[in-house]
Amino acid sequence: MAEIKVMKAKDMKKVSSRQKVGKVLGLTATYLFLGIMAIIVIFPFYWMISSSLKEMDEYRRAIPTLIPKVLDFANYVEVFTSEDLLLGKLFYNTLLVGVVSTFFSLIITVLSAFAFARLEFKGKNALFALLLATMMIPGELFTITNYQTINDFLGLATLGKALGNQFLITIGNWRNTYAVLIIPFLVSVFYIYLLRQNFIQIPNELYLAAKVDGTSDFKYLCKVMIPLALPTIISITILKMMGSWNSYMWPRLVANDEAHRLITNGLRTAFTNAEGVTDIPVQMAAVAVVSFPLFLVFIFLRKYIMKGVSRSGIKG
Amino acid sequence: MTTNQVKTVGVRKKSFAQTIRFDKWKGWIYLAPALVLLLIFTIWPIYNTIRMSLLEGYTTMKDVGGATFQFGIGNFKRVLEYPGFITCLKNTILLCVLTVPISTFLALLIAVCLNAIKPLQRFLQTIFFMPYVTNSIAIGMVFAAMFNMIIGGSARPDSVGIVNNVLEFFGFEYINWINAGSEYWANIVVMVVYIVWNALPFKILILLGGLQGVNKQYYEAAKIDSTPKWRVFTRITVPLLSPMLAYVVITGFIGGFKEYSSIVGIFGESMGPVGNAYALDTMVGFIYRAIGNQEGTASAAALILFAIIFAVTMVNLYVSKKTDYTGKKSNAKKKKKAPSAAKAAKAAKPRKSINLNATVKPVIAWSIYAATLVIAIALALIFWL
Repeated sequence: MAEIKVMKAKDMKKVSSRQKVGKVLGLTATYLFLGIMAIIVIFPFYWMISSSLKEMDEYRRAIPTLIPKVLDFANYVEVFTSEDLLLGKLFYNTLLVGVVSTFFSLIITVLSAFAFARLEFKGKNALFALLLATMMIPGELFTITNYQTINDFLGLATLGKALGNQFLITIGNWRNTYAVLIIPFLVSVFYIYLLRQNFIQIPNELYLAAKVDGTSDFKYLCKVMIPLALPTIISITILKMMGSWNSYMWPRLVANDEAHRLITNGLRTAFTNAEGVTDIPVQMAAVAVVSFPLFLVFIFLRKYIMKGVSRSGIKG
Repeated sequence: MTTNQVKTVGVRKKSFAQTIRFDKWKGWIYLAPALVLLLIFTIWPIYNTIRMSLLEGYTTMKDVGGATFQFGIGNFKRVLEYPGFITCLKNTILLCVLTVPISTFLALLIAVCLNAIKPLQRFLQTIFFMPYVTNSIAIGMVFAAMFNMIIGGSARPDSVGIVNNVLEFFGFEYINWINAGSEYWANIVVMVVYIVWNALPFKILILLGGLQGVNKQYYEAAKIDSTPKWRVFTRITVPLLSPMLAYVVITGFIGGFKEYSSIVGIFGESMGPVGNAYALDTMVGFIYRAIGNQEGTASAAALILFAIIFAVTMVNLYVSKKTDYTGKKSNAKKKKKAPSAAKAAKAAKPRKSINLNATVKPVIAWSIYAATLVIAIALALIFWL
C-alpha cells in the first residue's frame, strides 16, 4: 500500500516538473499578451492627455515626444475661454437636460416596472411583450416621425397657424427648447424591463404582508421595493446620465442653436468649421475636459455600470 | 361568537376582492405616463413610418401644404436605385463583417487570458473596461489625431501621426490614413481599429462573466486527462460559452448596422476624408440626411435597415440554437451523422477530426453564417437593381 503511494508521488513529481515549465511559459505568454493589449487599449487616453499638454510646435515634431517636454496648460485655458466652444454653457445645458430627464425618467420607469411586476390587470403580459418587441426596432426609425412630431406637436402648430393663434404655434413647435431634448426619451423600455426583473425577485410574501397590514401599493413601492432595488436604480441613473452626456444625433437635429446645444455637439462643431490646420493640442484639451466627468463616473461607479451593462448592450 | 367571526372573515374577503378589482385599473394608472409617451414617440412612429414609406415621394412639407401622394413602393425602389445608398450599404456591411468577428475573437482571447490569471486580474479587467465609459465622438477625435498627418511645406509631412511613427519604427512606410487623398482601404482600417477598440469592453465583460460561471469540474476533468490547452479551449470553453458568444455576436451585428457616430467622430459630418465626402457614409447617415426633406425615402431606408437587422438577428438566433450544445449529447449525434463518403476516406483518425470540426463549429459557424447572409442580402439587392 505504502509503496504504491510512493510510486504515485514520484510519477506525479515527474509529470508536474515537466508541466511546471509549460505552465510558467504559458503564464508569461498570457501576461505578455494581456499587457500589450492593455497598453493598446489605454494608449488613446494617454495620447489625449499628453497631446493636450504640448505646445503646437512640440506636437508637430517629426519624431513625437511621448512625454511633453514643457507642460503647457495654455491649451486648457483656451478651452475654457474660447468663443468657439462656450464650454460653460455646454456644460450647463448638458447637466440640466441630464438631471431633469433622469429624474422624470426614473419616476416613470419605477411606476411602470412596479405595475408590470406586482399589479394584476388585463392584458398585462401582452402589453409587456409588445413593449419588448419595440426594443428590436432601430431608433432611427422613430427619429423620422419624431422629428415631424416635435415640429408640429399633435398638429397644434398647424392649427395655430390656421387660427392665427401665436400661443398654439409656440406650444406646437418644440424646436430649440430644452423640452425637445428631454421628453421624447423619457421612457426607455429597456430600463423598465431591467427594473421589472429586479422587482420580480423581491419575494411576493413581502407584498402580501404589506397588503394585510393595509399598506397602500404606493407606500409599499416607496418603502420596500425602491430601497431593495436601489442598485439597479443607481445603474439606470448612471446609464441615463451618460446617455445625455454622449447623445449626438437627436440634439443636432432639433436643438442645435447656441442656447441649447449639448456638449458632444459643441465639441464636434467647434472644430469642424476651422479651416486649414486644426490646433490639435487645444482640441485634445477640449476632449479631455469633456471626458473628465466620465472618468470620474468610471472610477467611482464602475460597479454599477458593469452591472447594468452586462444585461444590456446599450450605451446610454 | 363563531358566527360573528365567520361574518368578519366574509366581510374581509369581500373587501380584498374589491381591492383586487380596484387593482385592475390601478395598473393602467401606474403605466399611464409611460404609455402616453410611448404612444406618441414609439407606437405612432412605427405606423407613420410604414405609411410614409408607402406614399410615393412623400415629404412633410408638401403634406402640410395639402398635397396628396400616390400609394406604391416607389420610395423603396428609389432608395435602392440611388447610388449613394449602395455606397452606404456596402460600407455598413463591410464594417460589420470586419469588426464583429475581429472584436469577438479578440474579446474571447482576452477574457480567457484574464480568467486564467490571478494577480492583477482585477486591475487589468478595469483597464479593459475603460473604453466603454467614453464619448464616442470625443474619443473618435483622439483616434483621428493619432492617425492624422500635419502637412508642412516640404514633401514629407511635418508630422505623420503617432501610428505612422510606430509603423516607421518597425521599418514600414508611413501611410496616409485619413487625410485628403487617402485611400478607401486605409479609411476602413482606421474605422475597424476604432470600432473594435470601442466594442471590446462590452464583449470582454459579457464573456468574462460567462467564463466565471462555467463549472470548474469540466476543467478539472480535463486536467486529469491532461488534455492540451487548445483542446480545452475549443472543446470546453467555447461550447459552454456559446450562449454568451451568441449574445455578443448578435448585439455586435445590431450595433454594427447602426454605425454612425464613430465615423462622425473620426471624419466629421462629411463622413469621409477631405475631398471625398460621404465615402464612408452608412445607412444611418443616409437616413439622417433624408430627414427634413425626403421623409418617404428616409422611412423606406429605415425599414430596409430594420429588415436587415431583423434577418441577421433571426439567423444568428437560429444558428446559435443549433450550435448551442450540451456537450456530449450533440457530439454523439454528429458522430453518428458523420461517416459520409468523404470522411470515410480519413478512416485512420476519423474520430478526432470530426470532433474537432464539431467543437470549433460554434465560433466559425456564426461568422460564416452571418457573413454569408450579409453577402447574400447585398448580392440580392445589387442583382435586383
